[in-house]
Amino acid sequence: MNTSVKKRSMAAEVWQRLCRNKMAMLGLGILVIMILGAIFADVIADYDTMVVAQDMKNRLQGPSAEHWFGTDEFGRDIFARILHGSRVSLVVGLISVSVSLIIGGSLGAFAGFYGGRVDNVIMRIMDIFLAVPSILLAMTIVAALGTDLIYVMLAIGVSGVPTYARIVRAAVMSVKDQEFVESARAIGASSPTIIFREILPNCMAPIIVQATLSVAGAILSTASLSFIGLGVQPPAPEWGAMLSSGRSYLRDAMHITLFPGLAIVITILALNLLGDGLRDALDPRLKQ
Amino acid sequence: MHKYVIKRLLMLIPVILGVSFLVFFIMSLSPGDPARTILGENAPQESVDALRDELGLNDPVVVQYARYMGDLLHGDLGESYKSGRPVFGEIASRFPATLKLAFWGMVFAVVLSIPIGIISATKQYSITDSISMVFALLGVATPNFWLGLMLIIAFSLHLRWFPSGGADAGWKSLVLPVITLGTGCMANITRTTRSSMLEVIRQDYIRTAKAKGVSHNKVINRHALKNALIPVVTVIGLQFGSLLGGAVLTEAVFAWPGIGTFLVNSIKAKDTPAVLGCVIVFSICFSIVNLCVDLLYAYIDPRIKSKYK
Repeated sequence: MNTSVKKRSMAAEVWQRLCRNKMAMLGLGILVIMILGAIFADVIADYDTMVVAQDMKNRLQGPSAEHWFGTDEFGRDIFARILHGSRVSLVVGLISVSVSLIIGGSLGAFAGFYGGRVDNVIMRIMDIFLAVPSILLAMTIVAALGTDLIYVMLAIGVSGVPTYARIVRAAVMSVKDQEFVESARAIGASSPTIIFREILPNCMAPIIVQATLSVAGAILSTASLSFIGLGVQPPAPEWGAMLSSGRSYLRDAMHITLFPGLAIVITILALNLLGDGLRDALDPRLKQ
Repeated sequence: MHKYVIKRLLMLIPVILGVSFLVFFIMSLSPGDPARTILGENAPQESVDALRDELGLNDPVVVQYARYMGDLLHGDLGESYKSGRPVFGEIASRFPATLKLAFWGMVFAVVLSIPIGIISATKQYSITDSISMVFALLGVATPNFWLGLMLIIAFSLHLRWFPSGGADAGWKSLVLPVITLGTGCMANITRTTRSSMLEVIRQDYIRTAKAKGVSHNKVINRHALKNALIPVVTVIGLQFGSLLGGAVLTEAVFAWPGIGTFLVNSIKAKDTPAVLGCVIVFSICFSIVNLCVDLLYAYIDPRIKSKYK
């Protein structure tokens, strides 16, 4: 009973601190609008008629009342495509970060908890992953497995594993010798129980912050892969792929490139603002 | 110190072995047939089978990998499936272009970000601070390939100041790719420099120096900056990895004749030896930069140097 009251009050305290941060609230507001847009994308713009159906009579139209962001080289409404593209970006962002978090977090937790040889083996393997720039690793995985959305998410997720392994390991090591862990051990709790039920909930702050910032990184990686033709394939609406297809029309129809790029910038900016705000709210010492 | 450098250089060997195995394993999962890729879709099956035998593609992955590593020890990265030329030569001819781009990208980022970060910290909450932080936030959030396209629209298509691609126009062809590649790094380094400086300039020894009558510039440059540099150097080292990744995309935007463009084309053509070669070269570069960063710590902070002895 006491614990739940305490947990609630801690969450409320963090939320209060977050609410006082105007930039974080701005980021959160943008994200809420985006998420609502993604959820109700079908209501706002029909996928079959506005997003994938070609209308060559209306190709390369500039922004107007009818087409807010203009039309692309196939006459498709860019606003509708960006709206539906936000679904792809958000889903890839969330799922790939979950993949990184589950695999990397578990490996880091075991490495930090057991230490010694287990730690050495896991972290040396992570060093190998870290020696390859993450976007190159993602490119290699997508090249080998294919450009289906599931493989793109897996590729981006796997490339983020070492980051979480390091963060969670450091966090676990910082709390594993504290008294509440010793108490859990004394009452006979198994190691996985101690790790997942006692230690991890007590070192969530850096993990939550990193996860928020990683969603931004994952969205950027997805767009990057699509931009060079290794990600989501046309005619599916994806921001990076839309940018790439607009390259041939930079002189005459720059809106094809401008608006998907702005969508990426605003989303990443919002996630970064929220991530920074969360970091300050979860660990006020950092702000001081 | 020398022992430490040698130890770190030797540690590169398992990293290269690990990276090559990782990439070799990943590429082996690829569903395509390299022999078919080399000979073309219409080649007779007998020729494809013969080539598979010749290339050793029927052997287990571990055997193929052992053979590859044996060749690698002799400096042989294999032959490109696509061009038939040695991968080493293909990479060596393109490496200087990528190195040039990455080097100037980093110079652009460091030269601008550190002074901006220092000014922001020393004039916290001023208009200068707010403007530079807004730009830093935007710099972090802007994908470099989109920034590159916007720069092409403004400075190549409209103003005609710089070429939109290629590397034939001397320094002019370098300007837009360098800005494109360096902006993200610049933003990250600016943010780190600012926060690190803010932490340092509140320390007691800075107050003491000021109380002793040391001039503001001297306090910042001689007392604060060096102590604030450790996290900045760490971020510069980490940024080099994203710079290499970013180079691939920047090269794609500006048709820059470097390894990045070669890597993307090789990935699309399922040219395993070329992909492996490129990733190994990128990883070695990244590891060497990390080593340099660690050695720089020793220069910046004598306490770290004493640990190496």
